[in-house]
Amino acid sequence: MRTGVSYDEGPPLRARTAAAVADAQLRANLQATAASWTAGREKMRDEFGFDQMRDRAREIRRGNIRQLPELLDRLEERVRANGGIVYRASDRDAAAKYVVDLARARGAKLVAKSKSMATEEIKLNEALGDAGVRVVETDLGEWILQLLGQRPSHIIAPAVHLNRTEIAELFRAESGEDIPDEREALVAYARRRLRQDFAAAEIGVSGVNLGVADTGTLCVMENEGNARLVTALPRVHVAMMGAERVVADWDEAAHILQLLPMAAIGDDASTYVNLITGPRREGETDGPEELHLVILDGGRMALRGTEFEEALSCIRCGACLYSCPMWRTVGGQAYGSPYSGPIGAVITPLLEGMSSPRGSELPFLSSLCGACHDACPVGIPLHDLLVRIRGAVSTPVHRRARIGARMWAAAWRRPWAYRVGVALTRGGLRLVGRKGWIRRLPGPAGRWTSQRDLPTRWPPPR
Amino acid sequence: MRVLEKLGVTVTVPKAQTCCGQPGWSAGHPDQARTVARQALKAFAGTDPVVVPSGSCAAMITHGYIDLFAGEPEEDAARDLAARTFELTQFIHRNGLTPAAAQDAPASVTYHDSCHMLRLLGERDSPRAVIASAGVELVEMADTDVCCGFGGAFSITFPEVSGALGEQKARSAADTEAEELVACDLSCLMHIVGRGRRLGVAIRARHIADLLDA
Repeated sequence: MRTGVSYDEGPPLRARTAAAVADAQLRANLQATAASWTAGREKMRDEFGFDQMRDRAREIRRGNIRQLPELLDRLEERVRANGGIVYRASDRDAAAKYVVDLARARGAKLVAKSKSMATEEIKLNEALGDAGVRVVETDLGEWILQLLGQRPSHIIAPAVHLNRTEIAELFRAESGEDIPDEREALVAYARRRLRQDFAAAEIGVSGVNLGVADTGTLCVMENEGNARLVTALPRVHVAMMGAERVVADWDEAAHILQLLPMAAIGDDASTYVNLITGPRREGETDGPEELHLVILDGGRMALRGTEFEEALSCIRCGACLYSCPMWRTVGGQAYGSPYSGPIGAVITPLLEGMSSPRGSELPFLSSLCGACHDACPVGIPLHDLLVRIRGAVSTPVHRRARIGARMWAAAWRRPWAYRVGVALTRGGLRLVGRKGWIRRLPGPAGRWTSQRDLPTRWPPPR
Repeated sequence: MRVLEKLGVTVTVPKAQTCCGQPGWSAGHPDQARTVARQALKAFAGTDPVVVPSGSCAAMITHGYIDLFAGEPEEDAARDLAARTFELTQFIHRNGLTPAAAQDAPASVTYHDSCHMLRLLGERDSPRAVIASAGVELVEMADTDVCCGFGGAFSITFPEVSGALGEQKARSAADTEAEELVACDLSCLMHIVGRGRRLGVAIRARHIADLLDA
């Protein structure tokens, strides 16, 4: 079984990707799921006119981002009118502190969570844990990872890197019972364990797929029913929403809610769509007594009006992840950020800074093949954003590389120098090569020959 | 060049040309890339269509230059060049030209869709049409539209990931049992063939221009 991967420590990015490449089981697991989702999406493409839906979704989301401050104000006003409490968190720490303070104030010992990437982003579990509050993840995948001490490897399918056999092994070790490698048995065990926690939790924390400004409704999509319990059973519900996740009205919401599962898993609907409009009202028999909406800025609002603005359109479906050849090869955990894959390589630097440790590295973990753009249901030009971000990265390593780039540009802008350079390279390769091939080169070129032979002429000899 | 001349196209090769600037651009050095790209704007000034025997270089001009020169004095010149730049098979196909096969062309090939050719130029059909017009059998490989893992500097920044993708591509190509692998980008081919050779998967490859009569 693979060991846990933490975000902030561990080997450097290249070493993590190399270790992932060496893990054949990991790649088999990733490829199998990616293939099934891709097949589903292709079916959707024909059946529902996915491409037209995508054009409309792109328009909707661009409009949402343009009007973001007004939409957030309206959403806040409506949520309050519905009896909810709204907190605008300027950064990650403020968002986490709000929930920790709330847990303290309500004397909560146990928090039940449904899937939320925003809470990963703010490291809510650590913050609550430090405050002595037990947190239980109730999404099956997240729960598995919590037992393993691992981080999610995918936005919506956090344990996609594990297969059934690996999970059964974990559950047997966890329970001491003889649980067979069968889906039903595994789910039954998880359900039995989680039921107790649903009942005992004083606070439920969920994410938010979309906030609908017109009615103050929070949409939470899921497939397991756990989010419904998390948002309904505990006395207090905290909904954690990224500030960009708001649409104007139900016309827009319906479109996005329909498109999201198509892009995400190649299915035309998710099993549950929870629509939460305020806490329990007088006379109602269920629902939480308190509803808190935390709206997380965390660097989002500052992206408006910049050349990176389109990244805010993201609806966190994960389509770019499983469409990305790099992600399918190394999985999400190797990225070392809550957000992996192409969108992770884009928003990690945008939210954490271009010169932050992972923000300056992740944009380079891409061949710029553009499959992410094809897959994105809101048409974000992720490959273009990656190139722009690479140009904006400024770390000592990158600045040193830029000295080399300056020399390159000084030479290659001159036709004679370009020709001399090409001739020298060609001649040099032939000199070093044997029978038309080179097996090993020194220095940085050795990174090429670590994986491949290099032909010294073209076409290469057999 | 010889392929186009054989088809009756008058070809000039401006001596002032160097590189399109893409290596610097995609590695995150836009200012340096612009310096090099300016030379391309100069070298290819005029009204003639520009034919590029690489999907990736062509896409740099048609797609990358728009971003690279946005707000720069050369913005209009870049847009003008982008509008008259074509990848080789794109130019052949759009002009209704029908090249014959080269003397030493194999009977069957498999074609790798290089990423920028496919996604930035949107060219799935032109190279296939050209292969068909040359009378060469095309055997499609599995996942032909998946990246080979070359990715310019990516191939040395993350060599292991690049190698893993190269392996998949080399094996997919070999599995077709086509005689040769063709593509519109030489850099992809160098990576795929070199990776294959390292793994003992022998692949013969040629650039699509070398498949055509010259």
